[in-house]
Amino acid sequence: MKLNKLFDQFQALAENSAPASVSTRREAFGQIGRGLGKVATVALPLAAFMKPGTMHAQSSGDSVIDVLNFALTLEYLENEYYATGLSSDNLLSGDMRATVALIGQHEAAHVEFLRTAISGSGGTPVEKPEFDFTANGTFPNIFSDPATFMAVAQAFEDTGVRAYKGQATNLMGNGDVLTAALQIHSVEARHASEIRRLRGSKGWITQAVNTTGAAAADGVYAGEDNVMQLGVDVTTVTSVSRDHITEAYDEPLTKEAVLNIASLFLA
Amino acid sequence: MKTPKFSQSRVVADRDPHSRRRFLQKSGIGLAAAGLFLAGCEDDDDPIMIDDTVNLGSGDVGVLNYAYALEQLEAAFYAQVLQGGYFAGASASEQQIMVDLEAHERAHADFFKAAINSVATAIPALEVDFSSIDFDSRSSVLGTAQVFEDLGVSAYNGAGRLIQNADYLVVAGKIVSVEARHAAAIRSINAGTPTAFANSEVVDSNGLDVSRTPSQVLTMAAPFIITPIDASGLPQ
Repeated sequence: MKLNKLFDQFQALAENSAPASVSTRREAFGQIGRGLGKVATVALPLAAFMKPGTMHAQSSGDSVIDVLNFALTLEYLENEYYATGLSSDNLLSGDMRATVALIGQHEAAHVEFLRTAISGSGGTPVEKPEFDFTANGTFPNIFSDPATFMAVAQAFEDTGVRAYKGQATNLMGNGDVLTAALQIHSVEARHASEIRRLRGSKGWITQAVNTTGAAAADGVYAGEDNVMQLGVDVTTVTSVSRDHITEAYDEPLTKEAVLNIASLFLA
Repeated sequence: MKTPKFSQSRVVADRDPHSRRRFLQKSGIGLAAAGLFLAGCEDDDDPIMIDDTVNLGSGDVGVLNYAYALEQLEAAFYAQVLQGGYFAGASASEQQIMVDLEAHERAHADFFKAAINSVATAIPALEVDFSSIDFDSRSSVLGTAQVFEDLGVSAYNGAGRLIQNADYLVVAGKIVSVEARHAAAIRSINAGTPTAFANSEVVDSNGLDVSRTPSQVLTMAAPFIITPIDASGLPQ
């Protein structure tokens, strides 16, 4: 089982993870985005960023580097997905190709940005995992059927939005990193909107409806029907319909929920 | 540094909507210049405005009121869109987008009012000025919507770091991605091209969206808001 494999990798590496002090991280992150150059990376599996004892924590207090490596893992997945799609024969053409090409360009930029940020802060970027975008045969035509390709792209983008959102509070101590993460987060949301609309869905998520057509993506939308915000039941303070209220708020996902989704696509 | 007060009478010197839109679409340099202009006017007397000034407050409440101000602006805009000639003659798919956006922005504004009032005092309803917008014109409505949605995204992106309370940050995050979904949809239908939703106007070479400070955002919003806003208490 993929998730167990993930956890095994984590267990094997847990002893090597040295928690950095907050002051050290802050100091290091003063250098974010200054182009410190590429640093040779050592081989670290996907779970290297996971800390012991935080598997079920909602807000795990992960370090900034942990969060960035988590984000990098998702960006690796998206980047490889679009790059593979764009290089596949007879998959993408015309306007759809132009849209996917721009999205792929952004994901590649995110990978580079995050790797530079991590290296420049004294961290080590995780290595790109091996992916299986058929999800062990669930999507056998992923790179030959445009409809399947775009449906899974929607799932990835909507997941990305929720994943970044779920990590925001772990970055509160570092304004520069938080801002950069938010700037990536909203780009992922732009991607999600465009892909959804190209597929004939609304650009926003109604209730917790999974419009990908793939049951495997139900978890991507779980909890999106929430109407409680800051302790306020929004249905009681506005005449806006419940469906519209659920559309008006995107909900976060925990790292664990995101990894459950992502692990479907690990080789 | 003190954030300037934004006085409508000083900003709306040019009543021509096309000029104003060009102004709004100018680069950050142009906007910074506008902000400096406003700052330079800060000490001028303007007896018409002084008593009506709305103070956003300070700390997290100030940031929430800042967001509430922007949501009010967007909600008022889309409410008027639904009454206009563009909407009446729009395609079903564009009508659905406008109906959705009006509802979402109203849900945001009503929520902020309730949430802020549960812990402090929400700002009152702002008076808006949409005289530069032709609500019968598709290009005028979509052009303005694009400005507002991109502005909203950049505002939340820039405000995140100003927030101290983690719960407030999370709710801002829940809203900003919906604003970004809106922005992409509006840009897409406005331009009719496959890359407008996230082109280089709004996403840089690192793949990052725009982030703006409250001062920058309020300067851009000022032409549409009559009520003077005092943002001087916001965290820097």
